[in-house]
Amino acid sequence: MSIINNINKAFDHRIRLGIMSVLMVNEKTDFKELKELLGATDGNLASHAKALEKETYIVVQKSFIGRKPNTSYSATRKGKTAFKKHIEALEKLLGNN
Amino acid sequence: MESKKYLDDIASIKTMMNKSSRFMSISGLSGILAGIYALIGACAAYIVLGDQQLSTIGREYAPVSRLINIYVGHPSGTKLALIGFTVLCAAIITGVILTRKKAKKQGERIWDSSSKRLIYNFAIPLCTGGAFCVILLQYGLIGLVAPTTLIFYGLALINASKFTLGDIKFLGIANVIIGLVSTQFIGYGLYFWALGFGVFHIIYGSIMYNKYERNL
Repeated sequence: MSIINNINKAFDHRIRLGIMSVLMVNEKTDFKELKELLGATDGNLASHAKALEKETYIVVQKSFIGRKPNTSYSATRKGKTAFKKHIEALEKLLGNN
Repeated sequence: MESKKYLDDIASIKTMMNKSSRFMSISGLSGILAGIYALIGACAAYIVLGDQQLSTIGREYAPVSRLINIYVGHPSGTKLALIGFTVLCAAIITGVILTRKKAKKQGERIWDSSSKRLIYNFAIPLCTGGAFCVILLQYGLIGLVAPTTLIFYGLALINASKFTLGDIKFLGIANVIIGLVSTQFIGYGLYFWALGFGVFHIIYGSIMYNKYERNL
Protein backbone atom coordinates (compact mmCIF):
# COMPACT_ATOMS: atom_id res chain seq x y z
CA MET A 1 0.00 0.00 0.00
CA SER A 2 2.79 2.37 0.91
CA ILE A 3 4.38 1.90 -2.50
CA ILE A 4 1.20 2.92 -4.25
CA ASN A 5 1.12 6.04 -2.10
CA ASN A 6 4.49 7.08 -3.46
CA ILE A 7 3.27 6.99 -7.04
CA ASN A 8 2.77 10.68 -7.54
CA LYS A 9 -0.30 11.73 -9.48
CA ALA A 10 1.39 15.01 -10.38
CA PHE A 11 3.82 13.11 -12.59
CA ASP A 12 1.23 10.88 -14.19
CA HIS A 13 1.54 12.27 -17.68
CA ARG A 14 4.13 11.89 -20.41
CA ILE A 15 4.83 15.63 -20.71
CA ARG A 16 5.14 16.19 -16.95
CA LEU A 17 7.37 13.16 -16.63
CA GLY A 18 9.47 14.59 -19.45
CA ILE A 19 9.72 18.05 -17.92
CA MET A 20 10.89 16.62 -14.61
CA SER A 21 13.38 14.23 -16.27
CA VAL A 22 14.98 17.07 -18.17
CA LEU A 23 15.11 19.34 -15.14
CA MET A 24 16.65 16.63 -12.96
CA VAL A 25 19.81 16.62 -15.06
CA ASN A 26 19.85 20.25 -16.21
CA GLU A 27 20.17 23.21 -13.91
CA LYS A 28 17.85 25.23 -16.06
CA THR A 29 16.11 24.70 -19.40
CA ASP A 30 14.24 27.24 -21.46
CA PHE A 31 10.75 26.87 -22.84
CA LYS A 32 11.76 26.48 -26.47
CA GLU A 33 14.26 23.76 -25.72
CA LEU A 34 11.80 21.82 -23.57
CA LYS A 35 9.24 22.07 -26.31
CA GLU A 36 11.63 20.59 -28.86
CA LEU A 37 12.84 17.85 -26.54
CA LEU A 38 9.37 16.73 -25.61
CA GLY A 39 7.71 17.31 -28.93
CA ALA A 40 4.93 19.27 -27.27
CA THR A 41 2.91 22.24 -28.45
CA ASP A 42 3.17 25.64 -26.74
CA GLY A 43 -0.16 25.36 -24.98
CA ASN A 44 0.35 21.77 -23.98
CA LEU A 45 3.74 22.40 -22.42
CA ALA A 46 2.59 25.60 -20.73
CA SER A 47 -0.36 23.94 -19.03
CA HIS A 48 1.66 20.99 -17.77
CA ALA A 49 4.43 23.28 -16.56
CA LYS A 50 1.80 25.33 -14.78
CA ALA A 51 0.55 22.23 -12.98
CA LEU A 52 4.04 21.37 -11.76
CA GLU A 53 4.60 24.96 -10.77
CA LYS A 54 1.45 24.91 -8.66
CA GLU A 55 2.89 21.99 -6.70
CA THR A 56 6.11 24.05 -6.36
CA TYR A 57 8.02 21.21 -8.01
CA ILE A 58 9.45 23.63 -10.53
CA VAL A 59 10.04 27.37 -10.66
CA VAL A 60 9.76 29.71 -13.61
CA GLN A 61 12.25 32.44 -14.37
CA LYS A 62 11.31 35.09 -16.84
CA SER A 63 14.05 37.23 -18.27
CA PHE A 64 15.06 39.02 -21.44
CA ILE A 65 17.70 37.93 -23.91
CA GLY A 66 18.27 41.16 -25.77
CA ARG A 67 14.72 42.27 -26.39
CA LYS A 68 13.23 38.80 -26.56
CA PRO A 69 11.43 37.51 -23.50
CA ASN A 70 12.76 34.19 -22.32
CA THR A 71 11.06 31.72 -20.02
CA SER A 72 13.13 29.08 -18.32
CA TYR A 73 12.36 26.42 -15.77
CA SER A 74 14.29 24.70 -13.03
CA ALA A 75 13.35 22.00 -10.54
CA THR A 76 13.04 22.86 -6.86
CA ARG A 77 14.53 20.71 -4.14
CA LYS A 78 11.03 19.60 -3.25
CA GLY A 79 10.38 18.64 -6.87
CA LYS A 80 13.59 16.65 -7.13
CA THR A 81 12.86 14.73 -3.94
CA ALA A 82 9.31 14.01 -5.03
CA PHE A 83 10.47 12.85 -8.46
CA LYS A 84 13.12 10.56 -6.96
CA LYS A 85 10.46 9.00 -4.74
CA HIS A 86 8.24 8.57 -7.78
CA ILE A 87 10.97 6.78 -9.72
CA GLU A 88 11.78 4.54 -6.75
CA ALA A 89 8.11 3.65 -6.43
CA LEU A 90 7.91 2.80 -10.13
CA GLU A 91 10.96 0.59 -9.88
CA LYS A 92 9.64 -1.18 -6.79
CA LEU A 93 6.33 -1.83 -8.48
CA LEU A 94 8.12 -3.32 -11.46
CA GLY A 95 10.36 -5.39 -9.21
CA ASN A 96 7.36 -6.87 -7.42
CA ASN A 97 5.61 -8.04 -10.56
CA MET B 1 -1.16 -3.93 -18.14
CA GLU B 2 -0.24 -1.40 -15.47
CA SER B 3 3.35 -2.55 -15.28
CA LYS B 4 3.75 -2.02 -19.01
CA LYS B 5 2.90 1.63 -18.48
CA TYR B 6 5.38 1.95 -15.63
CA LEU B 7 8.06 0.30 -17.71
CA ASP B 8 7.39 2.82 -20.47
CA ASP B 9 7.58 5.62 -17.91
CA ILE B 10 10.98 4.51 -16.66
CA ALA B 11 12.26 4.12 -20.21
CA SER B 12 11.09 7.57 -21.22
CA ILE B 13 12.60 9.15 -18.08
CA LYS B 14 15.97 7.62 -18.97
CA THR B 15 15.76 8.69 -22.61
CA MET B 16 14.80 12.23 -21.68
CA MET B 17 17.59 12.55 -19.12
CA ASN B 18 20.15 11.39 -21.67
CA LYS B 19 18.78 13.30 -24.61
CA SER B 20 18.63 16.58 -22.71
CA SER B 21 22.10 16.40 -21.20
CA ARG B 22 24.21 14.45 -23.67
CA PHE B 23 25.01 15.05 -27.31
CA MET B 24 24.72 11.59 -28.80
CA SER B 25 25.37 12.18 -32.49
CA ILE B 26 29.18 12.05 -32.42
CA SER B 27 30.08 9.89 -35.39
CA GLY B 28 32.30 6.83 -34.94
CA LEU B 29 33.18 6.84 -38.61
CA SER B 30 34.73 10.28 -38.24
CA GLY B 31 36.92 8.83 -35.46
CA ILE B 32 38.24 6.20 -37.87
CA LEU B 33 38.95 8.79 -40.55
CA ALA B 34 40.60 11.16 -38.05
CA GLY B 35 42.87 8.29 -37.00
CA ILE B 36 43.81 7.60 -40.63
CA TYR B 37 44.58 11.29 -41.23
CA ALA B 38 46.75 11.30 -38.11
CA LEU B 39 48.71 8.28 -39.33
CA ILE B 40 49.24 9.87 -42.75
CA GLY B 41 50.33 13.07 -41.00
CA ALA B 42 52.74 11.16 -38.77
CA CYS B 43 54.29 9.46 -41.82
CA ALA B 44 54.66 12.81 -43.58
CA ALA B 45 56.27 14.32 -40.48
CA TYR B 46 58.63 11.35 -40.26
CA ILE B 47 59.73 11.87 -43.86
CA VAL B 48 60.16 15.64 -43.37
CA LEU B 49 62.14 15.21 -40.18
CA GLY B 50 64.41 12.47 -41.53
CA ASP B 51 67.07 11.80 -38.95
CA GLN B 52 67.34 15.34 -37.67
CA GLN B 53 66.04 16.11 -34.22
CA LEU B 54 63.89 19.12 -33.51
CA SER B 55 66.33 21.58 -32.00
CA THR B 56 65.78 22.60 -28.44
CA ILE B 57 66.17 26.21 -27.51
CA GLY B 58 68.41 25.57 -24.59
CA ARG B 59 67.76 25.86 -20.94
CA GLU B 60 67.01 29.55 -20.99
CA TYR B 61 63.51 30.94 -20.87
CA ALA B 62 62.39 32.26 -24.26
CA PRO B 63 59.60 34.77 -24.75
CA VAL B 64 56.89 33.73 -27.21
CA SER B 65 58.16 36.07 -29.94
CA ARG B 66 61.60 34.43 -29.88
CA LEU B 67 59.95 31.05 -29.92
CA ILE B 68 58.13 31.90 -33.13
CA ASN B 69 61.37 33.17 -34.72
CA ILE B 70 63.26 30.00 -33.86
CA TYR B 71 60.40 27.91 -35.14
CA VAL B 72 60.13 29.72 -38.47
CA GLY B 73 63.92 29.63 -38.81
CA HIS B 74 64.01 25.87 -38.37
CA PRO B 75 64.37 24.05 -41.73
CA SER B 76 61.35 21.79 -41.15
CA GLY B 77 59.37 24.14 -38.93
CA THR B 78 56.93 25.46 -41.50
CA LYS B 79 56.48 22.09 -43.18
CA LEU B 80 55.66 20.44 -39.87
CA ALA B 81 53.24 23.21 -38.97
CA LEU B 82 51.55 22.79 -42.33
CA ILE B 83 51.19 19.03 -41.84
CA GLY B 84 49.74 19.50 -38.38
CA PHE B 85 47.34 22.16 -39.55
CA THR B 86 46.15 20.09 -42.53
CA VAL B 87 45.53 17.01 -40.39
CA LEU B 88 43.63 19.05 -37.82
CA CYS B 89 41.44 20.78 -40.44
CA ALA B 90 40.72 17.53 -42.30
CA ALA B 91 39.73 15.80 -39.04
CA ILE B 92 37.49 18.64 -37.89
CA ILE B 93 35.77 19.09 -41.26
CA THR B 94 35.15 15.33 -41.61
CA GLY B 95 33.90 15.21 -38.03
CA VAL B 96 31.44 18.06 -38.53
CA ILE B 97 30.08 16.66 -41.80
CA LEU B 98 29.60 13.12 -40.49
CA THR B 99 28.21 14.26 -37.15
CA ARG B 100 25.74 16.49 -38.91
CA LYS B 101 24.64 13.54 -41.03
CA LYS B 102 24.20 11.31 -38.00
CA ALA B 103 22.32 14.04 -36.11
CA LYS B 104 19.95 14.41 -39.03
CA LYS B 105 19.26 10.68 -39.06
CA GLN B 106 18.58 10.66 -35.32
CA GLY B 107 16.49 13.81 -35.48
CA GLU B 108 18.88 15.66 -33.19
CA ARG B 109 20.01 19.22 -33.74
CA ILE B 110 23.74 19.71 -34.15
CA TRP B 111 23.94 23.09 -32.47
CA ASP B 112 21.92 23.00 -29.28
CA SER B 113 22.75 23.40 -25.62
CA SER B 114 23.97 19.81 -25.33
CA SER B 115 26.53 20.16 -28.12
CA LYS B 116 27.63 23.57 -26.85
CA ARG B 117 28.15 22.15 -23.39
CA LEU B 118 30.12 19.26 -24.89
CA ILE B 119 32.47 21.55 -26.80
CA TYR B 120 32.91 23.85 -23.81
CA ASN B 121 33.86 21.00 -21.50
CA PHE B 122 36.16 19.46 -24.08
CA ALA B 123 37.89 22.75 -24.83
CA ILE B 124 38.87 23.72 -21.30
CA PRO B 125 41.40 20.93 -20.63
CA LEU B 126 42.50 20.99 -24.28
CA CYS B 127 43.29 24.72 -24.32
CA THR B 128 45.02 24.43 -20.95
CA GLY B 129 47.20 21.70 -22.45
CA GLY B 130 47.92 23.82 -25.53
CA ALA B 131 49.01 26.75 -23.41
CA PHE B 132 51.12 24.47 -21.24
CA CYS B 133 52.88 23.10 -24.34
CA VAL B 134 53.85 26.63 -25.35
CA ILE B 135 55.30 27.09 -21.86
CA LEU B 136 57.28 23.86 -22.21
CA LEU B 137 58.71 25.13 -25.50
CA GLN B 138 59.62 28.40 -23.81
CA TYR B 139 61.81 26.47 -21.40
CA GLY B 140 63.19 24.32 -24.19
CA LEU B 141 61.56 21.15 -22.90
CA ILE B 142 60.57 20.04 -26.38
CA GLY B 143 60.67 16.35 -25.52
CA LEU B 144 57.77 16.74 -23.13
CA VAL B 145 55.46 18.33 -25.70
CA ALA B 146 54.23 15.08 -27.26
CA PRO B 147 53.46 13.43 -23.89
CA THR B 148 51.71 16.60 -22.72
CA THR B 149 49.46 16.79 -25.78
CA LEU B 150 48.46 13.14 -25.29
CA ILE B 151 47.79 13.58 -21.57
CA PHE B 152 45.71 16.73 -21.92
CA TYR B 153 43.83 15.38 -24.93
CA GLY B 154 42.99 12.32 -22.86
CA LEU B 155 41.82 14.49 -19.95
CA ALA B 156 39.70 16.55 -22.34
CA LEU B 157 38.02 13.36 -23.59
CA ILE B 158 37.40 12.13 -20.05
CA ASN B 159 35.84 15.47 -19.15
CA ALA B 160 33.73 15.46 -22.32
CA SER B 161 32.52 11.90 -21.71
CA LYS B 162 29.93 13.16 -19.25
CA PHE B 163 28.23 15.08 -22.03
CA THR B 164 28.24 12.59 -24.89
CA LEU B 165 28.55 8.83 -25.43
CA GLY B 166 30.15 7.63 -22.20
CA ASP B 167 32.46 5.26 -24.10
CA ILE B 168 34.69 8.14 -25.11
CA LYS B 169 36.10 8.00 -21.58
CA PHE B 170 38.05 4.85 -22.43
CA LEU B 171 39.75 6.54 -25.38
CA GLY B 172 40.66 9.32 -22.95
CA ILE B 173 42.10 6.96 -20.34
CA ALA B 174 44.11 5.15 -23.01
CA ASN B 175 45.58 8.44 -24.22
CA VAL B 176 46.48 9.59 -20.70
CA ILE B 177 48.24 6.28 -20.04
CA ILE B 178 50.37 6.29 -23.19
CA GLY B 179 51.03 9.99 -22.59
CA LEU B 180 52.51 9.13 -19.21
CA VAL B 181 54.40 6.13 -20.60
CA SER B 182 55.87 8.25 -23.39
CA THR B 183 57.50 10.59 -20.86
CA GLN B 184 59.93 7.74 -20.26
CA PHE B 185 60.82 7.49 -23.94
CA ILE B 186 61.70 11.04 -24.88
CA GLY B 187 62.61 11.33 -28.55
CA TYR B 188 60.01 8.82 -29.66
CA GLY B 189 57.15 11.31 -29.40
CA LEU B 190 56.09 10.85 -33.01
CA TYR B 191 55.54 7.12 -32.53
CA PHE B 192 53.42 7.69 -29.45
CA TRP B 193 51.49 10.37 -31.29
CA ALA B 194 50.80 7.96 -34.13
CA LEU B 195 49.64 5.39 -31.60
CA GLY B 196 47.43 7.75 -29.56
CA PHE B 197 45.96 9.98 -32.23
CA GLY B 198 46.13 7.42 -35.05
CA VAL B 199 45.75 3.81 -33.98
CA PHE B 200 43.60 4.44 -30.88
CA HIS B 201 41.16 6.59 -32.86
CA ILE B 202 40.79 3.93 -35.52
CA ILE B 203 40.14 1.22 -32.92
CA TYR B 204 37.76 3.41 -30.93
CA GLY B 205 35.93 4.63 -34.05
CA SER B 206 35.45 1.07 -35.32
CA ILE B 207 34.01 -0.06 -31.99
CA MET B 208 31.64 2.93 -31.85
CA TYR B 209 30.61 2.45 -35.46
CA ASN B 210 29.75 -1.19 -34.86
CA LYS B 211 27.95 -0.44 -31.62
CA TYR B 212 25.84 2.55 -32.60
CA GLU B 213 25.82 3.29 -36.31
CA ARG B 214 25.82 0.13 -38.34
CA ASN B 215 22.16 -0.52 -37.73
CA LEU B 216 21.09 3.09 -37.98
